[in-house]
Amino acid sequence: MSRNGPLALAYHTLFVAFMLAPILVVCWVAFTPEGFLSFPTDRWSLRWFEAIARYPEFISAFWRSLWLGAISSAIAVAISVPAALAIGRYRFRGREALTALFMSPLMIPHLVLGIAFLRFFTQIGLGGTFAGLVLSHIVVVLPFALRLTLASAVGLDRSIEHAAVSLGASESVVLRRITLPLVLPGLVSGWALAFINSFDELTMTVFIAAPGTETLPVRMFLYIQDNIDPLVTSVSACVIAVTVVALVILDRAFGLERMLVGRSASHGR
Amino acid sequence: MKAAPYLLCLPALVLFAGVVIVPLGMTVLLSFHDWGQYKGIEPVFILKNWQEVLGDSYFHEMFARTFRIAFFVTLLAAVFGAPEAYILNRMRSPWRGLFLLVILGPLLISVVARTLGWALLFGGNSGLVNKALMGMGLISAPLPFMFTETGIVVALAHVLMPYMVLAVWASLQRLDPQVENAAVALGAGPFTVLRRIVLPQVMPGILSGAVIVFALAASAFATPAIIGGRRLKVASTLAYDEFLNTLNWPLGAAVAVLLLAALIAIIWGTNRLVERRYAQVFA
Repeated sequence: MSRNGPLALAYHTLFVAFMLAPILVVCWVAFTPEGFLSFPTDRWSLRWFEAIARYPEFISAFWRSLWLGAISSAIAVAISVPAALAIGRYRFRGREALTALFMSPLMIPHLVLGIAFLRFFTQIGLGGTFAGLVLSHIVVVLPFALRLTLASAVGLDRSIEHAAVSLGASESVVLRRITLPLVLPGLVSGWALAFINSFDELTMTVFIAAPGTETLPVRMFLYIQDNIDPLVTSVSACVIAVTVVALVILDRAFGLERMLVGRSASHGR
Repeated sequence: MKAAPYLLCLPALVLFAGVVIVPLGMTVLLSFHDWGQYKGIEPVFILKNWQEVLGDSYFHEMFARTFRIAFFVTLLAAVFGAPEAYILNRMRSPWRGLFLLVILGPLLISVVARTLGWALLFGGNSGLVNKALMGMGLISAPLPFMFTETGIVVALAHVLMPYMVLAVWASLQRLDPQVENAAVALGAGPFTVLRRIVLPQVMPGILSGAVIVFALAASAFATPAIIGGRRLKVASTLAYDEFLNTLNWPLGAAVAVLLLAALIAIIWGTNRLVERRYAQVFA
């Protein structure tokens, strides 16, 4: 394979600068010592990070987002595992249609889902509740959980299970001691990808979150709508930092490329 | 044993039937209901909202803006994202993984934070982007980015760029490097190899990336809401206003259902085209 020429590398440098510029700028402004938006050059300060502590709504929204992501991703994985085993190992009528249905939240605009959930939850009395948020987040993160659990269910070597059965293991023992441990990596990475997507979800949540059940992205969005000041940059910088740490861990543990390229493959087909 | 796969799928099926299909159906119904400032939502079956959305020039302009923005975002993503995916694919081991992480990573970083970054970069006439462009001598006067379509297009292209790189990257993985080498051995220049060998083979990847980017750009919410401000409305921000400010839910539902229908038609049409045209590539 031939190497990239100097022109290609120059292009690459500009492209990477374009991709990183807005993210770095947020982190840069967050360290301003001034009371207004500015790019600090000689003096740096942590005052806007300290200021977050004085805004309890950001703190409580952060914890709510964390719990929401953790709970809804866990339930999504729990629902995905049996579905992935069925889709991955059996050929049955309606298999394709069911897969398409479970993957559909990827293709339905989150705006439409948000509106649909707002109407639905208001009608059944779940409007603005945490339970409603959990239900809706399970639905939108399920495709990510299913994709990765499915990949590991398909790649599973069935002869190991057969060996266990021939050695006298009962069905439940095979499931608990053989099948589940083998799909565990897919399960964990599916949970992680689902969690990140839940943690960042805004478009749908902004419709169904009420004051008191606002998630962190919703709180940040509503804050920015009113005014942009250094406080929201320091909150964003914290969110970016947490995501970057999670990204690096995920990349080391599972390979981000595999997680994401697998994710694109069934899009738009 | 025949029932096993159905039983295993049952929890997910119950969830999706109850929490996806029913609410979506209710939304379609909602778009036919009546609404008044004082009487609220009346569960009747009328075409008022649809006549308004399809007949009023305000909505025409707003939908035209939505799809114009989505078109230019898709174009930018394809023109700049596809070459980058190719360059990435030719990199060597440590760099390749590192830059893939750098370029795809933003996909998982909060959209609000990324858009905030663009709002800071654009920031009025003294924004960094204008300073940089003027410093390079590309423009003589500052360009307005905040509260303009241009600004929304640039910021959305950044937000959705990873999807395009990802789609092209995936199609490059299926490419046999020996074909390129063969072309070179037969005397083709680098430009000819790109145009005649690489491009035709990654075209399905570019098209499937384009479908994803277009669909996400047409329904994007946070970026047009923050960069476009309260005046410059697209379909999603208009629906948001109808639902949470004017409280005319039936009209908002009609806007959202129309957006969904238009997107399904576009995605379906493009997929048919891709499948027919590139059947041999997928086979």
